[in-house]
Amino acid sequence: MTKTMETNVYQVNEKGFYGDFGGAFVPEMLYPNIEELRKTYLSIINESAFQEELNILLKDYVGRPTPLNFAKRLSEKYQTQVYLKREDLCHTGAHKINNTLGQILLAKRLGKKRIIAKTGAGQHGVATATVCALMGFECVIYMGEIDIERQNPNVQRMKMLGATIRPATCGSRTLKDATNEAMRDWIANPVDTHYIIGSVVGPHPYPDLVARFQAIISEEIGIQLKEKTGNPDPTHIIACVGGGSNAAGAFYHYLDKKNVKLIAAEAAGQGVNSGYSAATTFLGKKGVLHGSRTLLMQTQDGQVVEPHSISAGLDYPGIGPMHANLFESGRAQFVDITDDESLKAAILLSRIEGIIPALETAHAIACLEKIKFSPNDIVVINLSGRGDKDLNTYIKSGIIDQKNE
Amino acid sequence: MTNRINQLLTQTSNHILSIYFTAGYPNLNDTMKITERLELSGVNMIEIGMPYSDPVADGPIIQATSEKALQNGMSVSILFEQIKDLRQKVKIPILLMGYVNPFLQYGAENFLKKASEIGIDGLIIPDLPLELYQEEFESMFHKYNIKNIFLITPQSTDERIRKIDSISSSFIYVVASFSITGTKFGIEAQQESYFKRIVDLKLKNPTVVGFGINDKNSFEKTCKYSNGAIIGSSFLKHIEKNDITLDAIKSFVKGIKE
Repeated sequence: MTKTMETNVYQVNEKGFYGDFGGAFVPEMLYPNIEELRKTYLSIINESAFQEELNILLKDYVGRPTPLNFAKRLSEKYQTQVYLKREDLCHTGAHKINNTLGQILLAKRLGKKRIIAKTGAGQHGVATATVCALMGFECVIYMGEIDIERQNPNVQRMKMLGATIRPATCGSRTLKDATNEAMRDWIANPVDTHYIIGSVVGPHPYPDLVARFQAIISEEIGIQLKEKTGNPDPTHIIACVGGGSNAAGAFYHYLDKKNVKLIAAEAAGQGVNSGYSAATTFLGKKGVLHGSRTLLMQTQDGQVVEPHSISAGLDYPGIGPMHANLFESGRAQFVDITDDESLKAAILLSRIEGIIPALETAHAIACLEKIKFSPNDIVVINLSGRGDKDLNTYIKSGIIDQKNE
Repeated sequence: MTNRINQLLTQTSNHILSIYFTAGYPNLNDTMKITERLELSGVNMIEIGMPYSDPVADGPIIQATSEKALQNGMSVSILFEQIKDLRQKVKIPILLMGYVNPFLQYGAENFLKKASEIGIDGLIIPDLPLELYQEEFESMFHKYNIKNIFLITPQSTDERIRKIDSISSSFIYVVASFSITGTKFGIEAQQESYFKRIVDLKLKNPTVVGFGINDKNSFEKTCKYSNGAIIGSSFLKHIEKNDITLDAIKSFVKGIKE
């Protein structure tokens, strides 16, 4: 009995909470949508036919399992053993498709005809538009006007895949505003539409649903690490956290294994105390954002503060409730990485391993500079996405013209 | 304990007109002026909106007025300060409408105590879930004699509506359509059948319809099936165009009620 309770500390409970965090703070207009999902999601995704269909697509369409790549030169530089979990090699270039594929199969079984989503960096939008094309669903993507400008290649990809892009023109015109717009669409179209949330945020059951679809990452890490080292457990897992879906996936099977240290890289923007930051665990307080109780950046009056990060995917004022609980309980260590530190890490990984990472992912790589690891440590970094989409930002930053050190 | 909402609903069973506006819009200190002028214009009840940065249940008009109000510097504390002498001037029921995060940050109990001292009669917090309200807040609302108003929608099952009816003790806010405020104007036939369904449930609480009510025609139609209606976005559009003078506000109310 005690054991069951202990092993469930970091997972969602029956009421949809992770410790103090989570729940479903939704207006009554969304209650039926959320209830439908809450009542059905576990039985649907645990069906063997569902699992079989998903696994075939993950293998043949996404290209799973993604490699676990021993990073030799990076390991030498930091005097430890670094493994890269290559989610950047997934179809569409990031881990996001693990979730969208799962959710579109769920939407199909719920009899939905139309998909809506919101996107920040555009990775989730592309991953959603991709699976909609694959399964023949109508697809509407909400995106902040600012993000549309800074992520133009992804916007064009979504259009090419047949999606309609609707810009969010209110507020900060970034991810959080796109989220509001998408929720409004769902309120207005409750019957035929499924809302694919791309991160472990939003009302219950979304955080758990998305975490389960991303859990394939840690499942594979365990298998692959055992093959390579004889032990499925690394000493450390590092992942970046905006909402936190790639981190949730990389941590999932290790949540209850206390011998594995979990490290979450947050976007500090121009510095935690600069006023231009998105480091939620450093700057946030308990509150309710987008349907769940979590840590969020807010004023004393409870208004949501507009975050800043060079990385569109981490530019979010909250974090998923699972991560808020990992932070509060001390289970995960949160590290603040500035825009500059992430740029340095991006050029380093490009030059030393031949991998151009997404800016989001570069925040995880930058943790190697901040934390001292031992030569015997096995450090798995979740390489959540590739950097093609960020090329413009890399060019503008001037790092590309830097000479090798 | 008497409550002005219940007094109103006992005295008047039909054509109750409730107007929503965003506190701090168009100017920070317009709150009391608008409130007083709405009462003078013959409105039966007022909802003062507390602006929030992420108003997911509202449409573009209320989002824009909220944004402006926040830029003007509006906050919960300032609002309470502005309306502290409310009951020396205004007699009709006053509700506050806003989102759960500012309510929680102010401190739920502090908020209810302060609102009660001022003479606020009810709260509408769309993203405060019913279950959580029952677990954590119901007794506090009772203690301070503040009514919590719940919403029902065309998607709400009969069972859900009955549950909401059982824990409500003033009125039920009937969301008129599959929409958010200020997006779909007018009342369609499909909605009338939904209104009839609610009438047939013979609820113990009166009902007031909101979302999409914008003119005399839609007001009259909803009043056939309910005790009244709430108008928000279309009033905000009117004052944006015509200012907040007594004449401007009177002409809006007249256009609905006469």
